[in-house]
Amino acid sequence: MRIGVFICHCGSNIAGTVDCPSVAATALTYPDVVFSTDTMYACSEPGQDAIIQAIKDKNLDGVVVASCTPRMHEPTFRRTVERAGLNRYMFEMANIREHVSWIGKSKDLNTGKAAELVRMAVEKLRRDKPLIPKRFETVKRVLVIGGGVAGIQAALDCADGGQEVIMVEREQTIGGKMAKLDKTFPTVDCSSCVLGPKMVDIAQHPNITLYACSEIEAVGGYVGNFQITIRKKATYVNWKDCTGCGLCVEKCPSRKLPDKFNENLCNAPSINIPFPQAIPKKAAINAESCIMLTKGKCGLCAKVCPVKCIDFEQKDELINVDVGAIVVATGYDLFDWHKYPQYGEGRYPDVITSMQYERMLSASGPSGGHVKRPSDGKEPKNVVFIQCVGSRDKSVDRPYCSGFCCMYTAKQTILTKDHIPDSQSYVFYMDIRSPGKLYDEFVRRAMEEYGAQYVRGRVAMIYPKGDKLIVRGADTLAGTQVEVPADLVVLAVGAESAKGAVQLGEKLRVAPDQYGFFVESHPKLKPVETNTAGVFLAGACQGPKDIPASVSQGSAAASKVLGLLSKKELESDPAVSRVNPARCVGCGKCIQTCPFGAIKEVQDRFGNPKAEVIDTVCQGCGICTVTCPQGAIQLEHFTDNQILAEVNALCPPKMFANYE
Amino acid sequence: MFKIAYYPGCSGQGTSLEYDSSTRAVCKALDVELVDIPDWSCCGSTPAHTVNHVLSAALSARNLAQVEVMGMDKVTTPCPSCLTNLRTAAHKMEDPGFRTKTNALLDVPCNGNVDAQSVLQVLTENVDLELVRSKVVKPLTGIKIACYYGCIMNRPPELMRFDHHENPMAMDNLMTALGAEVVPFALKVECCGASYGIPRNDIVTRLSGKLLDAGRDVGADAFVTACPLCQMNLDLRQGQINHALHEKFKIPVFYYTQLLGYALGLDRAVLGFEKLCVDPRLALGKIKQPAQAR
Repeated sequence: MRIGVFICHCGSNIAGTVDCPSVAATALTYPDVVFSTDTMYACSEPGQDAIIQAIKDKNLDGVVVASCTPRMHEPTFRRTVERAGLNRYMFEMANIREHVSWIGKSKDLNTGKAAELVRMAVEKLRRDKPLIPKRFETVKRVLVIGGGVAGIQAALDCADGGQEVIMVEREQTIGGKMAKLDKTFPTVDCSSCVLGPKMVDIAQHPNITLYACSEIEAVGGYVGNFQITIRKKATYVNWKDCTGCGLCVEKCPSRKLPDKFNENLCNAPSINIPFPQAIPKKAAINAESCIMLTKGKCGLCAKVCPVKCIDFEQKDELINVDVGAIVVATGYDLFDWHKYPQYGEGRYPDVITSMQYERMLSASGPSGGHVKRPSDGKEPKNVVFIQCVGSRDKSVDRPYCSGFCCMYTAKQTILTKDHIPDSQSYVFYMDIRSPGKLYDEFVRRAMEEYGAQYVRGRVAMIYPKGDKLIVRGADTLAGTQVEVPADLVVLAVGAESAKGAVQLGEKLRVAPDQYGFFVESHPKLKPVETNTAGVFLAGACQGPKDIPASVSQGSAAASKVLGLLSKKELESDPAVSRVNPARCVGCGKCIQTCPFGAIKEVQDRFGNPKAEVIDTVCQGCGICTVTCPQGAIQLEHFTDNQILAEVNALCPPKMFANYE
Repeated sequence: MFKIAYYPGCSGQGTSLEYDSSTRAVCKALDVELVDIPDWSCCGSTPAHTVNHVLSAALSARNLAQVEVMGMDKVTTPCPSCLTNLRTAAHKMEDPGFRTKTNALLDVPCNGNVDAQSVLQVLTENVDLELVRSKVVKPLTGIKIACYYGCIMNRPPELMRFDHHENPMAMDNLMTALGAEVVPFALKVECCGASYGIPRNDIVTRLSGKLLDAGRDVGADAFVTACPLCQMNLDLRQGQINHALHEKFKIPVFYYTQLLGYALGLDRAVLGFEKLCVDPRLALGKIKQPAQAR
C-alpha cells in the first residue's frame, strides 16, 4: 500500500503549538507511508489540489490528513480523494487541532501526541477497504412538528415546493405564541392580521394535512424513510362534522377552567374554541373539567349541537405515517416568574406577565382591548415594566439573553400610551439589546416620542401601599435607589425551552442543550440541521428567537428539506455492521441489543438461524459488534482489527527477548 | 421535654429585659427547657466584625465552645443579631485555616459541632401549633397585628436556613394560632435603620417611619417583632419618628413572646408590658374577652 500523509498548519491554530514539519518527517518513517508533507490549509482549494496532485504523482492508494475534527472536514477530504480517483473510504483523518493544539500548551508534548495520532490513522488506513454506498429511495413527504409561525412557514414553503406536508400541533389550534400577541415590533402591525392568512393557508393548502391536538408518539426509521406514529388526542368532538359554529361554547355551563389561550386572565368553558381565528376552527372538550366526563351528567353541548358531532366516547387515536424528512418547530415556553420571591410570588394580582399584558391589549382578549387591573378593573396610569425576568440571571439558571424582551417591552410602552394617553410607563432594564433592522430606532421612539422612562437597574422588591404597588429598584446611572408607585407591573418574562422538548428530542435523536433547546449541527454553518440526518430545526426550539428570525429559519429548514427530497435516491453510509454467516451461531443477542431494530433473524440454506443486518436501517453505532460472543458481526470501516491496530500503534506490544 | 442551650445576649440583660423574661416564660410553658450557658460572653455584635473577622468569630466561638463543654449540640438565642454572629462564626470555622486562627485565641477550642437557632425557629420546629392552640387561655381575637421580622432573621438565606427570606411566615402562623388577625404587612424583612439610631438618626426615623406607615396603612393595631433593635427603633424612637416626619403614630410594638405569653395566660409581671414606651393598653384593649369572643 502507498500512503500519503498531509499535516495541516490550520494557519497558526495547529502550527502555533505543534511542530508540523517535524510531524510530517516522523510520519515518513511509518509503514507504507511513501509521501509526507505539511501544508498551510489542507481544506483550501490549493491544499486540496496538492492532495490530488500527490495522489496522481506518487500513485497513492490511501491518504491521511492530520488537521481538525472529522465532523468539520471529513466529507470535504473524502470528496477530494474521490476526485483523484480513490474510493472515499480510503481516507483517514487525525484530529490534531481539537485534540492536540487547542488543549495543550507544550509544543514538545503536542508534537509527540500529533505524531502518535497520525500513526494510529496510518495503521487504520492500512486496513481500510473500499466501500460502496447503497442507494435508496426517499419518501416524498415532510413532517412538521409544531404549528407556530416557524412551523407554519416551513410547512407552507415545503408544500409550495411540491412536497406533501403533515403538520402536528400539540394544542387545539395552530398559531403558537404569535397568535396570542396583539401587535408586533418594530412595525406595530396587528399580529393576528399578518399571521391569520398564513394559518388559513395551512388549512386550505392541498398538500398539507393538519393534525391538531396531536403529539408525536414514536419515531422510527432514518433519513428519507422515517416511520412516525402520531397520537391524536381525544377531543370528544367529531371534527369531520364540527362546523365551528360555537353554539356549544356559548351554552356550556362549566366555566371554572382557566383560559390557557388568554393566559389564565379569565375562565373558559369546558368545550371551547380558543379564539375566533383558530385553525382548525373546531371545538374540543377538556376532559378534566367537563361535567359530563367527570360526573356523568349534563351533555348540554350534545343537545344543542346542530350537526350532532359531540362524542363522549371518543378515544385517543394512533396514526401511522411515513415521511422523508422532519422539521422540528416546537417553539418555547415562558419562564415561570414565581421563582423570584421579590416580585411577590403571585400575592399581588396586579403583577402580571408580558404575555398576559399582550392578551389585555388585544382586541380579541378577555377585556376587549381595554387595559384593566386584574385586582379592581381600574385603568392603570403608572405602568412599570421589569425586564430580564428569567433572562441573564444565573441565580435562576437562566444565564442567557432571551433576545426579544427588550423589543416587546418597548412595543408595550408604546401601546400603553396609545391605549391610555395620560399614562406613564417606566422600564427597569439591565441593558437594551436591540440589534435588528429598525429595532434601535424603535426603542428610541418609545423613549423620545412616547415618553417611556427607562431606569437602568434591577428591581429589589415590589410591595403594596394602598391600592398601588411600590416598585423599588436601583438606578445605577444616578447611583441611587428609586421607588415608583405603580398601578400595574408587567414582568418581561424570558424564554425557556418548551415543555416536553427533551422527551421529543429523545424520540427524534436530537440532543437538547443544558437548557432544553435543541442543538444545531454547527452554530454558524449548519444552523437548521441537526446531527440526525433528515431532521431539521426551525424557530425558537433551537434558542430564543423573534418572529423575523423564526420565519427565516422556517424557510431555511424548508429549503433544506426540499434540497434533500429533490434527490430521487439517497446514498446510505456503507460503514454499517456486517454478519459473517460462517461465524454466526444464531444466538440473537445482537437482535436484542440493536437500538434501531436493524438486525433480523434469517435462516441459512440448512435452516440454521443467522443474523442479518438491514443496511439502510443500521446507524453504525457498533453496539452489536461488542455484544456478539463470536465476533461474527463487524462494523465496516471500524473492524476489530482496525481498532486493535490503532491501539497497538499507540502502545506497541513489548517483546521480551530474555526470560531470565 | 425539649432541652436546648440558651444564649440570652447582652440586650436581654438591658434594653430588652422583657424579651428575655417573656422568652423564658413561654418556653417553660411550652415544655422547652432553656439551659443557660455558664459564663457566656458578648457575641461581638456589630463592632467586632467591622474591625476583625477572626476576633469577631472568636468572641462568638467562645460561647459555642461553652455549649460543647455542656455536652449539647444546639443553642438558641432570642436576638437575631447574636444569631447572625453565632452562625457566621460557625460557618467561617468550617474552613480549617480560619478555625486554627480562631481557636488560637480561645482557651477551649471550638470544634464547630453546635448549631445555633433563633428561639422562633426552635418554637416553630419543635412545638406543634396545635399544642400552642390548645394551651391558649386568652385568645387574641379582635386585635390586628403586623408581623415584622427584621432584615437579618432570615437572611442571607444560605446562612440562616430558616423560613422564607422574602416572605417569612413563622410569626404570622403563630399569631394566627393565638387567634389574632394578621394583616398583610408587606415590609416584613425591610431594614429599620438598625444601629444608625445614634450616628444618623435621620436614617432610622425615615426607614422605621416607613414601616410604621405601612403597618398603619393595612390597619395594624400593633406590631410584633423578634429583634431587640427593631423593637427599640420602632417603639423607643416612635416619638422621634413622629417629630421628624410630623406624624402621630401611636402603635405599640410587642415582642412576639409577650403576646404569646399573654395568650397563654402567663403572669403579667414576667411579660413586662410596662417596659414598652408606646402604651399598649389601647391595643390590648381590642382583644375581646373570651366570653365576648364567643
